[in-house]
Amino acid sequence: MTVADNSQTPVLEAKGISKTFPGVKALQDVSVSLRRGEVHALVGENGAGKSTLIKVLTGVYQLDAGQLLLHGNSVSFASPRAAQDAGISTIYQEVNLVPLQSGARNLYLGREPRTALGLIDFKRMNRDAKALLSDFNIDADPTVPVATLALGAQQMISVARAISLEASVVIMDEPTSSLESREVETLFRLIERLKADGVAIVYVSHRLDELYRICDQVTVLRDGRLVHSGPIADLPRQQLVATMLGRELLAQHSRSSSAVVQPPDAAKVAPVLVADSLNRRGLLHDVSVEIRPGEVVGLGGLLGAGRSETAKAILGAQILDSGHVSVGGSPVALGSPARSIAAGVVLLPEDRKADGILPNLSIKDNIVLAALPRLSKSGVFSDSAANKLVATFMQRLNIKAFGPSQKVGTLSGGNQQKVLLARWLCLEPRILMLDEPTRGIDVGAKAEVRRLIDELAEQGLGVLLISSETEELVDGSHRVLVLREGSIVDELDGHRLNEGDLVHAIAGTLGGETSA
Amino acid sequence: MSEATATGSRRSLDRDGATVFLQENGVYVALLLLVAYNAVFTRRWVTVDNIKLQLVLVAPILIVALGMALVIGTEGIDLSVGATMAISASVIGQLLDRGINSYVIVVAVLIAGMLVGSIAGTLVAFFEVQPIVATLALLVAGRGLAIVLQASNLSVSDPTISRFGIGKFLGIQAPFYDALVPVVIIALVVRRTVFGRRVVAIGDNVRASYLSGIPVRRTLVTVYMISGVLAAWAGLVVTARTSTNDPSTNGLYYELLAITAVVVGGTPLSGGRVRVIGTIAGALVMQLIASTLIFHGVSDAVSKIATAVIIILAVYAQRKRARS
Ligand SMILES: Nc1ncnc2c1ncn2[C@@H]1O[C@H](COP(=O)(O)OP(=O)(O)OP(=O)(O)O)[C@@H](O)[C@H]1O
Ligand SMILES: [Mg+2]
Repeated sequence: MTVADNSQTPVLEAKGISKTFPGVKALQDVSVSLRRGEVHALVGENGAGKSTLIKVLTGVYQLDAGQLLLHGNSVSFASPRAAQDAGISTIYQEVNLVPLQSGARNLYLGREPRTALGLIDFKRMNRDAKALLSDFNIDADPTVPVATLALGAQQMISVARAISLEASVVIMDEPTSSLESREVETLFRLIERLKADGVAIVYVSHRLDELYRICDQVTVLRDGRLVHSGPIADLPRQQLVATMLGRELLAQHSRSSSAVVQPPDAAKVAPVLVADSLNRRGLLHDVSVEIRPGEVVGLGGLLGAGRSETAKAILGAQILDSGHVSVGGSPVALGSPARSIAAGVVLLPEDRKADGILPNLSIKDNIVLAALPRLSKSGVFSDSAANKLVATFMQRLNIKAFGPSQKVGTLSGGNQQKVLLARWLCLEPRILMLDEPTRGIDVGAKAEVRRLIDELAEQGLGVLLISSETEELVDGSHRVLVLREGSIVDELDGHRLNEGDLVHAIAGTLGGETSA
Repeated sequence: MSEATATGSRRSLDRDGATVFLQENGVYVALLLLVAYNAVFTRRWVTVDNIKLQLVLVAPILIVALGMALVIGTEGIDLSVGATMAISASVIGQLLDRGINSYVIVVAVLIAGMLVGSIAGTLVAFFEVQPIVATLALLVAGRGLAIVLQASNLSVSDPTISRFGIGKFLGIQAPFYDALVPVVIIALVVRRTVFGRRVVAIGDNVRASYLSGIPVRRTLVTVYMISGVLAAWAGLVVTARTSTNDPSTNGLYYELLAITAVVVGGTPLSGGRVRVIGTIAGALVMQLIASTLIFHGVSDAVSKIATAVIIILAVYAQRKRARS
């Protein structure tokens, strides 16, 4: 590949950027420069300012101070559209598709192929979309409304859209947080392709492995300030984490290898949750789950294997053809989340934007939402009790905000996740179901959440843990149930609870049996 | 103040202070401007009697708007309120014809309103009909029913009923108090009760609310029932004040007036927020505009057009707000 003579000038450069929101200096004097064919990692704790920087670069927010240079020329973008037209294409942190429109519509939004009459040429659009997705090796149906697709597939459509714009800069804000490993590989291949084409890429992720695999440069933000910028190869992992957090992170223990939390003795303790033969045509076949107090049960499987559906079914938010759920020995009527929650079963949903947060309400209102009945007497709400509860959990989960009155929609993604965790933890549930609980939360907070779950398990909470990260499942669970196409096909515990066996069990390659 | 969302909240994510201030407090600015204009340009406008009169005249709109604010807080809309007022008028007429006790009539009127509201609420919550469609159907059918039920005698002379419209207390006429009571109740409901928090939660993200164990359907039905009861109450106030129970005029266009008052008052049509004080100010702005135009001899038709223009402006301001 011939290197163009302009390879010395950065494609996009930000100089001395500052951005203040009411109550918070989100960015202070931050500079970055992106070069052709380089993948630039942007890292930092939750709320460090990564997404804000991206939004300033792409015209979502106007900068308070500083300068943007595109190919050496000073520019300013009045809107995301303007940035896109100038060749900067962005995948924002929260999936940003039109939910009721098809994947094809979303892919070609604003640049639809037209017929001779000027109408949208749906036939061609669908054909093009299919060709594009298969060229990118993306497995998603572009003809159905994107809201009906799994979160991962939606994300891949955003990726396809961003890449197909043929931009000179592609920015990805936590693109992998809702992807499973197969999709991550597809994404990485696409990134290699972009690199080879000389595109400059910004890559945000809390998964450090990924950064070391595909990034060339790294910029670290802490509390809105730039604390480090340079080749990623010069910054070993431990040091990167320390730079991010401004302190050392205590070493992690894994549950299977440490004796901190013993799995409860199956013979002695009665299960707190029994889900028996959950059935739903085409989704779940005879799925049964038992969880003992103090036990963390992992749920593994590929996308569409029925993990989230199982959790939703136990919550009563998934229509079933048959099945029973009982908590602490007493049956729970299915079909009503309210009743399941009252019985002590709660679910941290996978899609926090659609199923979790109330974006325009405050942190406080979001946290107390499910606890309203217990915070009130004969329908009248007690503000002081609520304030106390909220303060406790904001501190415990280290939620970064200017106060409990900040709107959740304006929090960083990771802090939104912590608010949702707080909503459930403050109920003191008996069964906590976590669907991708560490999605989008930083390394420090991940450790914090793990500690919290351990602590609660010790106090007798039963946990159902869903994760696409095999490491998280293996380290975090006492045993793992493996789902495939809606059926439980395997159960791993003891010596079989390791990443290798789990990967095989999930993929159905039967490696688990031979390694024993 | 009486808002369900917490203090310091801002609808928009990134706009300059002046724009935010205007969007949040525009209704109070408009109210001040209207008062200032009339104080200077309208002869004998700033008199104790006139101010009392305005507070009395605004009552029916305000009563209806309070219920509307709750409905809009859930991201719904209630177009049936005007028809419910008409039904209220016919029920009064029919029962008076039959010589029923006046207090029983009052209760019957409120129950009638609750019934209409529960139909709307059931259609929206259980049959998942879009609020605008469900309540539009009731708007048409409701007024039709009211006219069918129209009493033979359209003038109301019952002293007990009349007291709700022309009675006086501390020098101010009854409608002021007829509105004051629901204002206080709704403000407390929004600010202090579990129900009030659920209303805004549903308006902000109905799916998340459902998955968090909020009884979405029950809450929605209750909201429409409250709106129906308040509309029926407003119908009674109008009947009492005008001494007529004519279902073809009672409550005509009130759905539009109430929606405008709510929206002008800063409650977003996209739900998730209920502003009670803003709604009061919104209703006052509507009333003062009407009264200013009348004082200056502008015709009724023109003042209707003015109202329409305000609706468009208020909704336009909200669109800009929602986009950010
Ligand atoms: N629109 C806004 N209004 C007010 N504050 C905001 C707004 N957007 C972001 N913030 C604040 O700015 C800070 C930086 O947020 P940002 O979203 O950039 O963090 P982040 O680094 O992307 O975090 P995460 O890893 O959790 O996604 C946070 O404290 C956040 O609360
Ligand atoms: Mg972010």
